[in-house]
Amino acid sequence: MALLDVDDVVVRFGGVTAVNEASFTADSGLITGLIGPNGAGKTTCFNVITGLQKPTRGKVTYRGRNINHWPVHKRAGHGIGRTFQRLEAFGSLTVRDNVRVAHDIHGGVLSWLRPSAANVDALLDRVGIAEYAGERADSIPTGTARLLELARCLASDPKLLLLDEPSSGLDEAETDAFGELLKDLAGEGCAVLMVEHDMDLVMSVCDEIHVLDFGQIIASGQPAGVRADPRVQRAYLGYSETDGDTAVIEPVTGQVAATGGQHRAEVPS
Amino acid sequence: MGSLFAFTLLGLFTGAAYAIMASGLVLTYTTTRVFNIAHGAFGMVLAYTFWDFTQRQGLPTLLSLLLVLGVVAPAIGWFVQRFVTRGLGEGPVSVALVVTVGLLVGLIGLAQQIWPPEPRVLLPFYPETGWQMGDTYITAHHLITILCSIVVAGGLYVLLNRTRIGTAMRASVDNPELLKLFGGKPDTVAALSWAVGMSLAALGGILLTPVVNLDYYALTLLVINAYAAAMLGRLKSLPLTFAGAMTLGILESWAVAYLPTDGFWSTVRPVIPALFLFAIVVAMPQAQLRIGQVKGIVAAPVPGLGKSVGWGAALLLFALLVINVAAPNQVLLIGTAATYAMVMLSLVLLTGYGGHVSLAQFTFAGVGALAYAKLDEPNLLGLALSALIAAGVGALVALPVLRLTGLYLALSTMAFAVLMDKMIFQAEFAFKFNGTLQTERLSVLGFQIAEDTSYVWFMVLAFVLLALLVLVLRRGALGRLLIAMRDSPSACGTLGLDMRWFRVGLFALSAGIAGLAGGLFAGLRGSVGAADFLYFQSLLVLLLAVVFGVTSVTGALLGGTALMLLPEWQASAPELAGLLFAILGFGAVLLGRDPNGLANHMFKGSRWGWARLAPSFDEKLGALLPRGIRRPRAGLDENDRYDEDKLVPIADPADVETTMVIKGVR
Repeated sequence: MALLDVDDVVVRFGGVTAVNEASFTADSGLITGLIGPNGAGKTTCFNVITGLQKPTRGKVTYRGRNINHWPVHKRAGHGIGRTFQRLEAFGSLTVRDNVRVAHDIHGGVLSWLRPSAANVDALLDRVGIAEYAGERADSIPTGTARLLELARCLASDPKLLLLDEPSSGLDEAETDAFGELLKDLAGEGCAVLMVEHDMDLVMSVCDEIHVLDFGQIIASGQPAGVRADPRVQRAYLGYSETDGDTAVIEPVTGQVAATGGQHRAEVPS
Repeated sequence: MGSLFAFTLLGLFTGAAYAIMASGLVLTYTTTRVFNIAHGAFGMVLAYTFWDFTQRQGLPTLLSLLLVLGVVAPAIGWFVQRFVTRGLGEGPVSVALVVTVGLLVGLIGLAQQIWPPEPRVLLPFYPETGWQMGDTYITAHHLITILCSIVVAGGLYVLLNRTRIGTAMRASVDNPELLKLFGGKPDTVAALSWAVGMSLAALGGILLTPVVNLDYYALTLLVINAYAAAMLGRLKSLPLTFAGAMTLGILESWAVAYLPTDGFWSTVRPVIPALFLFAIVVAMPQAQLRIGQVKGIVAAPVPGLGKSVGWGAALLLFALLVINVAAPNQVLLIGTAATYAMVMLSLVLLTGYGGHVSLAQFTFAGVGALAYAKLDEPNLLGLALSALIAAGVGALVALPVLRLTGLYLALSTMAFAVLMDKMIFQAEFAFKFNGTLQTERLSVLGFQIAEDTSYVWFMVLAFVLLALLVLVLRRGALGRLLIAMRDSPSACGTLGLDMRWFRVGLFALSAGIAGLAGGLFAGLRGSVGAADFLYFQSLLVLLLAVVFGVTSVTGALLGGTALMLLPEWQASAPELAGLLFAILGFGAVLLGRDPNGLANHMFKGSRWGWARLAPSFDEKLGALLPRGIRRPRAGLDENDRYDEDKLVPIADPADVETTMVIKGVR
């Protein structure tokens, strides 16, 4: 049984169905990608897994237990950590204190008496933002703040790491380093579930990919298989290579572009 | 059971008036996200205006009513939205609460200034007319109240569902920014809803005046009735608000009918709205955490431990000096100031650092004082127990609101303060009605601090120690957590913090500090009574704390001193007593948006002065350096050190050699 099992989850906001009978898994030691056009319901899935959003139907199983009725903090206490698409760093605190807060929460009241600075600085170093340690979190660049959220999350020693568009705001070299970091984390036994628009990154690091469109999982599998799936191409491009009379797909740039209201990503070949 | 029917019917009439008032509250809250605690106070001022028009100016009733509801109230509503509460809905809840509490106090002061206390009667509409219905006598005023509530319900329904501006109002509830993008005018919508809300407050106030009398405080407190009714509809649903108001009216009417008219039970009736409120709050479902863009807050700087201890010692020396030269009655005043300052310290922790507002902080001091008097153990153990009891009561207040967000907690504290003020403190087991309890001075390790001077100095010492404690907490893990929670509750939750219990603990700690202050205050006074801990005092404590800076212990010290001086000034110029409240209240409205308050301006001023002095000193030093080199302007941060990298060439970019030389020299 997988570490995380999202089973038949439905989320409705009034008349809008944000997630429609989505089922997928994420397992320890693997990097799982959750991709799809904007508005496909990816972040809503994360909110359901972390308890910020109650599902209308369906269940979330974590380590073999149904956690639907667990409050947010209990899920976190059992090792579900996440970062946010719209940043939720503690703006009034320094970068170092952001991570210390996570440390304090994770360790409980008794840990407040022990010095945590060394561990915290090691974490900042690991994600590559040690130079920002003394700056206020609302003054650092977006990409750095995303890495800060990752460091903060790692301070609570997660078993399942949910990353919501972690690489946006990072340059190419930083993204490469980030990919390596993810592989290391997975190598240490962490389950990584990642919502990401950078297809190069997704295709190079993910062991498994689930594609969401209009709240439904339209494809699941290994990167190569997903890339070739005509439904995925249609969801992203509006047409598929196998449709016949459409033009040849341009070579890949790994960019996400929006055209005429439709969101598409060019898939690397 | 004819009388049951009769009292139910009478309850419906009062409920109808509550419904009118409550619907105005819901309307302004849903469209602008600003909960107007001063809703009842506006109703009060407008009821006085109506009295002024009809009785003093002698205008016809109908004309006066039209003027108040159609001109004065909407104009005030428009003005308040435009110049006072605009944009408050997007900010932290605590700021909006403080600003509207400022309005409440300011309006009471204004009313006292314009209409000095004297018996006034506002007659019901058509006092002579009425009909006998079975064993019930229904007056024309009753009928008018019911008709008004039906008209209001229908009018609001049509406004919200059948007009363009009503649609815009409902859209503005969800997202004012989006409404703007689609060509709507959120400002117009907000101004309209405040204008309508204010008219409803006025109508409710005028209709209720024959029931609650033309009284500054009673009418102001109607906001609790309105809030309790609105909570049934979770401050959103108008039909449920009407249902809540009717239920509340009937409950009150039954209380009049069936509860004994003497003893403890007679005090229950005035607190039924508060009890009703707690019952609903307990039944409310868990609030969802919200995700949104997080903005850091700039708070007053936190001094280092050495600096704090130094200032603390200086304050103790200064206090020693003042206490020994001051007149005996002034020594007691210094003790009072220390009490207020300690209560404000508890607010620094809760509001300044934690972002939660308490409108009952002085009530917790009252609990501490009551416990100290009842325990009759005038030693450190008794004092500690009193503080613990106050902390326990604080936790009890926060518990029902455990699952809800900050606004509900703050509003529940106000209901709690009224409950204590009107019922518990006056009960037989407490201070008794109009009674006092004798208390003894504190003994430390067997030595009683009997002298006024030494006792007051001990209180200043207690303030300094508590201030140091608050600062140590702020610099440690607790302080970081408090700020993290204020910045992003969602992130704290997903990191594993159970904020519900954390909040209860914080509330208890803060109430405990206030309780300690109350215990010391009881020892200072020698006798304390319910009149020392009126709910209104808690509002003043909050306002002065915010005006002088609720994010720093210096602000608490200054605020405490000011609150001690306030009644002294009022006593020295009774004709200006109301004006002083008005100045304080409206001053808080102006300063409330910056919780760092006057203390922070003082810090800035001293740093600015220092920065002015320091560079001129620097320049003289700089003149000794070769031309073309200068230091950059010193940053205001004390951590900002000069270092070699900050030596920058300004004359010629090519003039690198000089720089090198200088670096070499240094």
